[in-house]
Amino acid sequence: MALVEISDVHKSFGALEVLKGVSLDIEKGEIVTIIGKSGSGKSTLLRCINALETINQGEIRFEGQPVSTTMPNLRTMRQKVGIVFQAFNLFAHMTIERNITLAPVLTGKVAKSEARPLALDVLERVGLADKIDAYPEQLSGGQQQRAAIARCLAMAPHLMLFDEVTSALDPELVGEVLRVMEEMARQGMTMVLVTHEMNFARNVATKLIFMHQGRVWEQGNPGELFDNPQTPELKSFIGAAA
Amino acid sequence: MPDLNFRPIWRYQDQLVEGVLTTLLLTAVATIAGLVIGIAGAVLIRSGPKPVRWLLRIYIEIIRNTPVLVQIFIIYFVLPSFGLKMTPIQAACVALSIYFGAYAIEIIRSGLDSIPKSQIEAGMCLGITRMQVLRHVILPPALRNIYPSVTSQFVLLLLGTSIASQVSADELFHVAGFIDSRTYRSFEVYTLICLIYFGLVISFKLAFAALGRLAFRWPVRR
Amino acid sequence: MRSFTVSDFLTIVTALKWTFLLVGIALACGGPLALLLALMRSGTARLPRWLATGFLELVQGMPLLGLLMFFYFGMPVFLGINVPAIVAVGIAYTVYTAAFLGEIWRGGIQAIKHTQWEAAACLGITRWQQFRYVIAPQAFRIALPATVGFLVQLIKNTSLASVVGFVELARAGQIVNAGTFRPLLVYSIVAAIYFVICFPLTTWSRTLEARFNGAR
Ligand SMILES: Nc1ncnc2c1ncn2[C@@H]1O[C@H](COP(=O)(O)OP(=O)(O)OP(=O)(O)O)[C@@H](O)[C@H]1O
Ligand SMILES: [Mg+2]
Repeated sequence: MALVEISDVHKSFGALEVLKGVSLDIEKGEIVTIIGKSGSGKSTLLRCINALETINQGEIRFEGQPVSTTMPNLRTMRQKVGIVFQAFNLFAHMTIERNITLAPVLTGKVAKSEARPLALDVLERVGLADKIDAYPEQLSGGQQQRAAIARCLAMAPHLMLFDEVTSALDPELVGEVLRVMEEMARQGMTMVLVTHEMNFARNVATKLIFMHQGRVWEQGNPGELFDNPQTPELKSFIGAAA
Repeated sequence: MPDLNFRPIWRYQDQLVEGVLTTLLLTAVATIAGLVIGIAGAVLIRSGPKPVRWLLRIYIEIIRNTPVLVQIFIIYFVLPSFGLKMTPIQAACVALSIYFGAYAIEIIRSGLDSIPKSQIEAGMCLGITRMQVLRHVILPPALRNIYPSVTSQFVLLLLGTSIASQVSADELFHVAGFIDSRTYRSFEVYTLICLIYFGLVISFKLAFAALGRLAFRWPVRR
Repeated sequence: MRSFTVSDFLTIVTALKWTFLLVGIALACGGPLALLLALMRSGTARLPRWLATGFLELVQGMPLLGLLMFFYFGMPVFLGINVPAIVAVGIAYTVYTAAFLGEIWRGGIQAIKHTQWEAAACLGITRWQQFRYVIAPQAFRIALPATVGFLVQLIKNTSLASVVGFVELARAGQIVNAGTFRPLLVYSIVAAIYFVICFPLTTWSRTLEARFNGAR
């Protein structure tokens, strides 16, 4: 059984069908990158995995359990699936420590007294231990994004979703975030990333998905797909990105 | 300069203190009741059933587009003919609560609306409950955003309680009329009364500013 | 006690002209004063800024009823002569309007970025011209919704002039009610008239606000 099983998922916003039958399996330990043109449905797919959107047709299973906005263990599922957004979405009114420990404490994962050591631990993993008492607005974009990743790590998720997490960053800050993600990949985290970082997709990912017009247009080994695209759409996409 | 004489007024210190207390009581009742109306109304007007949303809209528009004076008159003079007899103070409490509630709904709703959907989603994604998201993610920044409107609306309410004097509720302004009728020092009385209101308003403003600095310390982007 | 007749209705409706007169006086006299206060408060000169701030805080810290009484009983004290009620009441509403509009317009002026003043200064025009042609039009747009919102408050608050016996809409209602003793009918009519005047303004203010927020 794959960690995530996506079969024939359709999703529409009003009359606009954004996902037109997506099927995809994500195995434990895989690093899956999703590429594709703007509007091809990449973010929507990620949001469906986390039940932020209701799907119209098909099925998504996480650890064997059907995922939906009305599933019985919605919150337990979300505790196991971390998601990092392009716009960080840290809570501006909380210190970094509180941002990180809010969910673990509220869900009873850790006692209040162990919260700070937990925050320190995950912040060390993203190289931000010295910012534990800062507020989000006092950090650079790259630091905020690493803090957002740390916030997910604190829940010890089984799966992490990343939606263009470096797209809002100044070029010189992209590297620090990518390095954190590479390190997570090395440690065996299962990750699904939507990204425009082609080097990351080629060198770190174990699987590449090319989405086009709401469908998985091509998928496979990143190196093979990049060197030998089968469809004209992927060919031109790689050509435009290079 | 004509002769001003504040001395005869001093004899009415006790009444003045009573008046101030009644004014504060009216303000407190209307604030609490109004905030309750405001919170419930804001939640309902955002996500309640359609007929309820329409009724709330009508309530808000009627209250916001007619004078408080007329509202108080209607509640005090009209409700008794439906068997609802009230003392002036009770009528004033009801009228001011209804009045403040209408403004509170609009303010609180704007506060809830001011929190981007992405923040709420980020909260949901952490696997915490809706109530926890409301309490920890939405409420603090929403409160900060509406704090200036709430406090200035509170000041307007405090000053507005003076209108209750028009149905003889013996709050501060009504006390002024009483002292005036006893001493005939109209100008002195009303000057003093104005200064008392001013003192109350300034005290509240300073307290609110201090409270705001304490409660909302996190830095925000401007 | 007599029944409510058409002439009672007319009494109420004709009292509207006094309501409008008060609003007119308040805007005509209070408006320029408000502009002056707004400029004093947003300027750099310390003394005018303090004076304006003190005035605004003082007036905004007092009930309008208090202001009315203060000027009604104060005019004879200040001037040594009795003046018609309309003068005292007019002054009270002028002061009230100046304070609230002054605050709203200050907000509008200060919402304009400093760079706009600098850009205007680079054109080599006078400081007044900088304000008149560059700052004011932008500030006006920002402050317009709140200004219209205040106009609604002003119209509603003219009802308080009744306390010094000034027969505007609300007072006319009281008088008619005293004769007919039909409070539900009379005050409903009075409320409805206020509503008919204020509701379009409130709606307009909200539209302006939404358009402005949308444009940002
Ligand atoms: N909540 C929504 N309501 C209506 N339409 C939406 C909504 N969310 C997304 N869409 C539409 O769905 C389509 C796919 O959006 P999606 O965000 O999944 O694309 P994407 O592949 O992530 O693009 P990008 O690279 O620009 O982020 C777009 O046409 C978008 O306008
Ligand atoms: Mg996207």
